[in-house]
Formats: sequence, structure tokens, C-alpha cells
Amino acid sequence: MGTVFEYAPAPESRAVVTLRPSYGLFIDGAFVEPADGSAFATVNPATEEVLAEVGEAGAADVDRAVKAARRAYTRTWSRMSGRERGKYLFRIARIIQERARELAVLETLDNGKPIRESRDVDVPLVAAHFFYYAGWADKLDHAGFGPDPRPLGVAAQVIPWNFPLLMLSWKIAPALAAGNTVVLKPAETTPLTALLFAEICQQADLPPGVVNIVTGAGRTGQSLVEHPDVDKVAFTGSTEVGRLIARAVAGSRKKVTLELGGKAANIVFDDAPVDQAVEGIVRGVFFNQGHVCCAGTRLLVQESVADEVLRSLKRRLGTLRLGDPMDKNTDIGAINSAVQLERIEAMSMVGEAEGAQRWSAPCALPDRGYWFPPTVFTGVSQVHRIAREEIFGPVLSVLTFRTPKEALAKANNTPYGLSAGVWTDKGSRILYMAQHLRAGVVWANTFNHFDPTSPFGGYKESGYGREGGRHGLEAYLDV
Amino acid sequence: MSRLDVRKTYKLYVGGAFPRSESGRSYQVTDAKGRFLANAALASRKDARDAVVAARKAFPGWSGATAYNRGQVLYRVAEVMEGRRDQFAAEVAAAEGRTVARARSAVEAAIDRLVWYAGWSDKVAQVAGSANPVAGPFFNFSVPEPTGVVAVVAPQRSALLGLVSVVAPAVVTGNTAVVLASQTMPLPAVTFGEVLATSDVPGGVVNILTGQVAEVAPWLASHMDVNGIDLTGAGLDAADLEAAAAENLKRVRRPAGPDTDWAADPGTGPMLAFLETKTVWHPVGL
Amino acid sequence: MAPTDLTDLTGRIGEITASDAALRRFLHGLPGVDQVGADARAADLASRSIKTTAKATALDLAISMIDLTTLEGMDTPGKVRGLCAKAMRPDPMDPTTPPVAAICVYNDLVGVAKEALRDSGVKVAAVATAFPSGRASLDVKLLDTGDAVAAGADEIDMVIDRGAFLTGRYLDVFDEIVAVKAACGTAHLKVILETGELQTYDNVRRASWLAMLAGGDFIKTSTGKIEPAATTPVTLVMLQAVRDFREATGRQVGVKAAGGIRTSKDAIRYLVLVNEIVGEEWLDPDWFRLGASSVLNDLLMQRTKLATGRYSGPDYFTLD
Repeated sequence: MGTVFEYAPAPESRAVVTLRPSYGLFIDGAFVEPADGSAFATVNPATEEVLAEVGEAGAADVDRAVKAARRAYTRTWSRMSGRERGKYLFRIARIIQERARELAVLETLDNGKPIRESRDVDVPLVAAHFFYYAGWADKLDHAGFGPDPRPLGVAAQVIPWNFPLLMLSWKIAPALAAGNTVVLKPAETTPLTALLFAEICQQADLPPGVVNIVTGAGRTGQSLVEHPDVDKVAFTGSTEVGRLIARAVAGSRKKVTLELGGKAANIVFDDAPVDQAVEGIVRGVFFNQGHVCCAGTRLLVQESVADEVLRSLKRRLGTLRLGDPMDKNTDIGAINSAVQLERIEAMSMVGEAEGAQRWSAPCALPDRGYWFPPTVFTGVSQVHRIAREEIFGPVLSVLTFRTPKEALAKANNTPYGLSAGVWTDKGSRILYMAQHLRAGVVWANTFNHFDPTSPFGGYKESGYGREGGRHGLEAYLDV
Repeated sequence: MSRLDVRKTYKLYVGGAFPRSESGRSYQVTDAKGRFLANAALASRKDARDAVVAARKAFPGWSGATAYNRGQVLYRVAEVMEGRRDQFAAEVAAAEGRTVARARSAVEAAIDRLVWYAGWSDKVAQVAGSANPVAGPFFNFSVPEPTGVVAVVAPQRSALLGLVSVVAPAVVTGNTAVVLASQTMPLPAVTFGEVLATSDVPGGVVNILTGQVAEVAPWLASHMDVNGIDLTGAGLDAADLEAAAAENLKRVRRPAGPDTDWAADPGTGPMLAFLETKTVWHPVGL
Repeated sequence: MAPTDLTDLTGRIGEITASDAALRRFLHGLPGVDQVGADARAADLASRSIKTTAKATALDLAISMIDLTTLEGMDTPGKVRGLCAKAMRPDPMDPTTPPVAAICVYNDLVGVAKEALRDSGVKVAAVATAFPSGRASLDVKLLDTGDAVAAGADEIDMVIDRGAFLTGRYLDVFDEIVAVKAACGTAHLKVILETGELQTYDNVRRASWLAMLAGGDFIKTSTGKIEPAATTPVTLVMLQAVRDFREATGRQVGVKAAGGIRTSKDAIRYLVLVNEIVGEEWLDPDWFRLGASSVLNDLLMQRTKLATGRYSGPDYFTLD
């Protein structure tokens, strides 16, 4: 960008958030210390500053939380009318709207995502999700699952670090609406908004034990999903862990939904609206630093327009503003953790070693924190690892095709099946592609749009079960 | 000496404003025991005409708003009503001749009913719509859409809960409404109008008239720019009104029985009565 | 339809405009514009936060890009002289305030404006070609243009024949622009598309290319007499068109957003669009203009707020 009109720093104020030096676990309506006193630090990935110490839940703590959830389920929540449950969820939705700025700032501090995303995308969607499922609580018999669908009981929920609060809402809102109680484990690098959400539950006078939050890493999650008294396991994260969970619950009565990895194809035809397609490619893969399971990381572009699309894409990437996530004009924030940054760097090296051409947007990276520039690999073919494996970072692999059927074949030639994109002005072709793509979500002439009314989830190794919409209720009902 | 009350003037609610009747008329409203409560505006056919114009003008914006937005607005109405619970309880008690405690439970049920319908805003299409597996290379889906301007003759004996139970389902789906309040118990309806006016409901989405069913309802029933009519409170006039409504084939919801339990689960019928179904075909091919 | 080939365009303009059919093929082969995507992009850019030094830069830049406009039946020499005084010295209390880019008037008042502005550097733009409807014969339009040029207009703001455009008589529209351009002599030609009447972004993109192929120096959104006038997504589509046109031909064309720009916030949103869609080469009064009048006082008021740290009020700015 030029120098005539340089945007001055426009940092969002941190003052709206009060961070405590340490946080306990939220069990049975109160914050408690872990039984063995263990704790871990959560850092701001943009600065490497330690934000707070957070309790690490062991098996005993998880057991306490599950017991609290069971008690709340039996004594209170499963007996309450849907109307009253709904009113609690409406309350929570309203408090989220009231405390939206605080949640957005905390999300950005803990996660590294730009404030404009947490403010304009994550938090509004979180509130909308609670509103949507609040309305279902007293309408379950209209949801198409029989006259009197029953809840499952206690749900164990494990969520990732890419959309901490949004993933929490996708898990907790439908579970509570359907009449279940929950124990939720946020990711170890992003626990803070879940703990603020616990405070919101208190403000809403939600009965103790209906929502329990246990913080910790993989071991905590394992104790939770393997706990014998949970009736439901909902997990969002890597395919690798999803497979472990599927094995762990085998033979049990636990109902499972898994929302896992992806390697989505974003298919651009020669009659696509080019400027909007370029925006869609950018939104598809650089939104949230590419930390998106449904990201459009494989660009399949028709050969006849490949040069033009790539030229436009690179020009556009040159205008992306990378830096301080708290700055209201930042488009690309920090990579969530050192571990993730290493993985992105390693996969990029693999891409180069395999012979693909690497291009990165010309932007200066801050000295501290974890950063990776928007990067495009061209000359990629199906055999390259960067065309097959999930990178979970701001890295796009570009492949070309000649005919719609070739595009379909390449798009479907993956063990994943979470999402796909199609760009063309021709309606019948959109629908043909949509019909033949083996993916749970197909975006046409748009990408990475989410709405509480719209079901989301994958085919194949991208997991099973759906979250969102009417279908999202089924995951939490005994049907 | 106790303080002298400042009494409220009960007016019509049309296009987001509170006009008196253009006819300059009013009528005496009494409580269940016949004691004077207030003078209410006696709406004329011209007030009805103006209300239809206001409802038609509001229709594109309201039906074009997202379902999410309409749900938020209805929920806001419930919130604002909650804050005026005592006022409504007193008015309902006076109008219906109930104890304040029983009136209060009717008010609470009315608020909860608004919450129920607020939740329907973005779900009715998911329940009433469908993707249709037609035999051929076509994508085919059906979606419900609001029919347009709906005239509502509100229940005569349930001044608030009954009123809310017919107005909310008509508007949550995107229709706009002209409501004729209970003839003998119109005061809670006017206060409900005040709630709507301060709850982010765009002017003209709900218009409330007070007056005589026999005088005003026929003009609404025969009005060629009204698309549907809810005759719930029309009583013995209902058959004539339905016949008048046939001229432009209005969608008609027939009266409820005299002993309707307004507290019971209303189901989806009240919403579906004023929805059209639109089916879209599109080829699927390369 | 195969996508339009934009390579080596300069040498092929004659071929493209040889017939209605050829011109139609070219314009309809341009990539489509997805309305939802274009709106979303414009809305996204509208959320940029322009503060402190950036805001100061933007306010002055916006003032310097204004075509201060009066286009009323009741315009008089007195009114135009008043506006000219304002154009040269928008804030009499603060001499650091830049002058506006131009005064925009009907052509019978060009002489008055020229005289009032003398050698201030503020240009005079005249609306011509039977503005705003454009419903007149080509002869009348050329006379209208000639009058304005003879009176000393530096810039001519012409309207295209939207009726011809919407019925697909693209060549008529093209020929008319070419003829008016010839009548302009050295005066710059701004071509008003009246995007509110074209309605679709596909039409806006096609009309933009048509005006550029015909030799327009600027493409302009609106007359200001039709709602909607300028909007940010329409301007976004036009900016993308001038960007692509320069890439294809090497010739840079300016953009003028006119009508509906009332607040400093509005004005700054347009500057952000220019900055992020076409870049700093267009961030200059020679290449981007804001057709407006009431926005000037709001810009001055914001400027004062930045300088003094307190909010001002309308009593402290001149009404002209």
C-alpha cells in the first residue's frame, strides 16, 4: 500500500477486559481449584506475553464435573420445561450481546485473531447461535424427530483453539436447548473466553452444574470423553484425535459427533465473477490465518483463466494488513501457537522441496509473537503433500483443471470431505457440482459463511454428525 | 388529600403513531362490572383504510428483514412488556374482571407467547419448507413466504393473551397486520401498541384499531389490498366477513370456538394460515 | 460465452467498436459482478478505522477532491459567486485548509464561475448534454457542450443515453461519447453513467468500459438527481473497471462519486476504497473526485475537531 494515505494505528482498548492472574475450573456453578493444584499458562500469541495461569483439570476434577453435570441433569435441567430452558438461553444470548466487546477483546488477546474478526464475525455469531437454539428449546416436538424427543444426558465436549467461543456456542447451545447438561473442555491455548462464558452463566442464574468448564490439555480431554458417565461426546479438532475418540468410545452407549480436518477445494471456472472469486479465495484460506477446518486450501482454477486469477489474487494479497491483532485495521493476525507455526513452516518447506513455487505476500512480520505471511504455492499437483494434508495456516495450494469433471475428480480425490467452493455465473453448473462434490458444505460464489440455522459438518474423514440448524439438534437428542 | 391521577388518553396505533380517530369519535370503555374506565377512539372505515396503507407500506421492509432480525425484534417486545407487567396486569384485571393474580398469569403467558413466536422466526421455514426430490435433473425446493397485509379481528374475551396470540404469529413470518382490538376490552391492546412503538418494531408493521367490529371489520374484509384475514374474534359476523373476503380470495382463518383456552400450546397453525409456499425449480447440469 | 480477451486491447478498439454486435460481445464477455460479494467487500472496507494522523490526511484529501456543486433551477450568478468564494477558501478562519478541486454548475453560469475563480487553480466543470436526463438530439448535446467549452469550462460532465444503453444500443452510446469528447477540445470529459438507473453491477461495469473505450477521462456515478446516487459498492465496481482498463490499455481514467455523500465518514469511506482497490496513484484530485456540496462543511467541522479537540457546531461554518 502507498504512503499518501497511511492508516494510523487504531488499537482497540484492552481496558474493557479485566484479566485475573489465575483461573480455576468452573464446576457446579463455582470456580474451584484443581484437586492437585496443577496449572498452565496461556499466552498472547501476538506478543508471547503470559495472560494468565489456568487450572489443569485431572481425572478427579473431570469426575467432579461430570458428577455435577449428572446431578444438574437429573434434578433440574431434564425436568425443566423447554420454555424455561429457552428463556435461560435467551438470557445468555443477551448477555453475550451486552458484553460483546469484552468477549471480542479477550478472544483476540488469547487467540491472536484480528479484532475485526472477533468483533464482527465470532462474537455476533456466538450470540446468534444462542438465540437460535434458545428458540428450539420449547419446539423440540416440531423438529422432525418424533413427538417427544428426549435429551441424552451429560455431554462431554472438547473444542479447538481456532474459534474458541464460537465452537463453545456450537456445542453448548444445542446441548442445553435439547435438555442435556455439559462438561466442556476448551483448548489449552485458548481457555479464557470459555471461562468468561462461565461468568456469563452465573450472571444468567443458570442452575449450577448445567454448564461445567474444565481446562487442560489432551489428557484432560481424554479423561472427559472416556468418563463412563457421559452419554454424549462432541469433538471438534484434528482427524487424528477424532480417530482416537472413535476408538475409545467403541462399544459404549455414547453418542458421538466429530467435526475434524479438511482440505477443501475451491473451484473457479472461467465464467466466474473474478473480483468476487478473488475475495472468496482470500476469505476462504486467509480468514482467521487459515486456522479453519473448512478453509479453501486447494484452489482449483480453470486453466484458461489461471494467470488472470493468480495475478489478481497476488495483487489483492499485497493489500492485506498483517500485524497487531488488536488494531482495528488488521486483516491477518498471529498464528495461534509456536507449535502450530512450526507445523506451517515445516509443511511449507515440504512444498518447496516437492517442487512447488512459493510466493508470500510482501509484508513485514513483527519481531515478537508467532507470524506467517499469506503464502501461495503454484505448480502444485495432486501428488504433493501440500495438496493432500491439512496445514491449518495461511497457505494456499493452486492447481488447475480443464473440464468440470476433472475439477470434480480432483476435488473429491481426498480422504477429507468437509467443504468445497464453486465459482461460476452458471446456475445449473453450480448445482451439478454441488450434487457431485463429496463434502458436507458447498459454498457457491461465496466461501466461509456460517449461520446458526445452517447445518455444518463433514463427509469421510472430516467427521460425522452435523452442528447448526435443525440437524444440529439431532446430535443431542435420543432419536 | 391524595394526589389526583393523570389519566392516559387511549388512541389508535397506526403507522407507528398514535392518532385519534379521523372521525373524532370515541366510546366509553367500562370494566367488567360496568364502571367507567376510559374513552377509547372509535375507529372509522377511513381509519381502517389508513391502517391498511400503513401496513402495505411497511410490508417490503418487514418481510425483507432477515428472520433473525424479526426474531430479535419480537424478543425485544417481550422484554419491554416484562417491564410493564404491573400495568398490563391492572388493565387486564379491570377489563376481564379477573383478580390481579390471575390477570398477571395471563400477562406472563402473553410475554412467554411472544418469546415462543420470536423463536419461530428462523425456524418456520425449516419446518414448513422442504427440498423436493423431483424425478429429473432439477433442484427443487419450497419455501414459505408471508402473504402480505393481514387483517386481524382479535379475540373479544382475552384482551391481551388472545390479542398477542393472533398478532405475533401473523407478523413473525413477515406479514404486516391491521388489528381490530376486542371491542369491549380495548385498553390493553392500546398499551400493547405503546410497547410495540418502543420495541424496535418498525411503524406500520402492526396497526391497532379500537371500535366496533360490525362497523370496521367489513371494510377490512372487503378491502382489495388486504391479503388475509384472521376472524378469530369475529363471532357471529364471521360468515359474512368470510364471504366478503372471497372477493379477492383472502386467506381466511376462521373463528376459534367461544371456549378457546388461550393458555394452551398454539401449535403452528396460526403461522401457517398466512404463509404462501413458493416452489423453485432449477436445472442441474454442466 | 468465452471470457473477453483483454490482451493488446489498444490495438483492437476499432475492431471491438466496429458494430453493435462486436461491442455487445465485448461488453457481455467481461467477467460478471456478483452483487452479494461486491456489497460485502464494500461493507468490509467501510469498517476501516481511520484515526488521528490518517484522519487529518483523509479530511484534507477529501476537501481537495470535491467538485462543489450547485445544479438547481434557481441558481443565480450571486449563488455561484458565493460558492466560488467558498471553493477557494473553504474555511476563512483557517488558511491551511486546501481549496476544493472544482466548481460544478450548469453551463450558462460557467462564465460567472470562471471570473470569480480567476487563477485560483479551482477548475470549472459544466454539466452538459441535456443534463440530467440526456433526452435531446446529438446536435443539441453538442451545442450544449460547445457553449460550456466556449465559456471556458475546464471539465464537461456529460450524461450517457441510458435509454439506448438499456436497450442494448451500445454503439449509439459509444458514438455519442466520442462526439462529445471531440467537442470538448482540451476540456476533460467526465462521463456520467447514472448508475441508479442502470441498476445492476454488471451494467455498471459494462457502461464503465464503454465510456472508457470511447475516450472518457473520468467515469462518474450519478447526476445526483436520481436515487440511489453514488454508493460504495457501485464505486468499487467502477474502480475495478478503471484498474483493469489501465492494465489492458495503459491509459488511466479517473472516477467521480457524486451524490449521497453527506458526512466526513462517507467521504473517508470512498478514500479507503480508492486506497485499497486502485492504490495511491488514484489518490489525487486529478484522478478521484467527490461530487457533493453539504459534505464540505462536515469535513471542515471534523477538521476543526481534530485541531481543537472539541466538537464544533454548524454556526461556525459558512453557508453559501
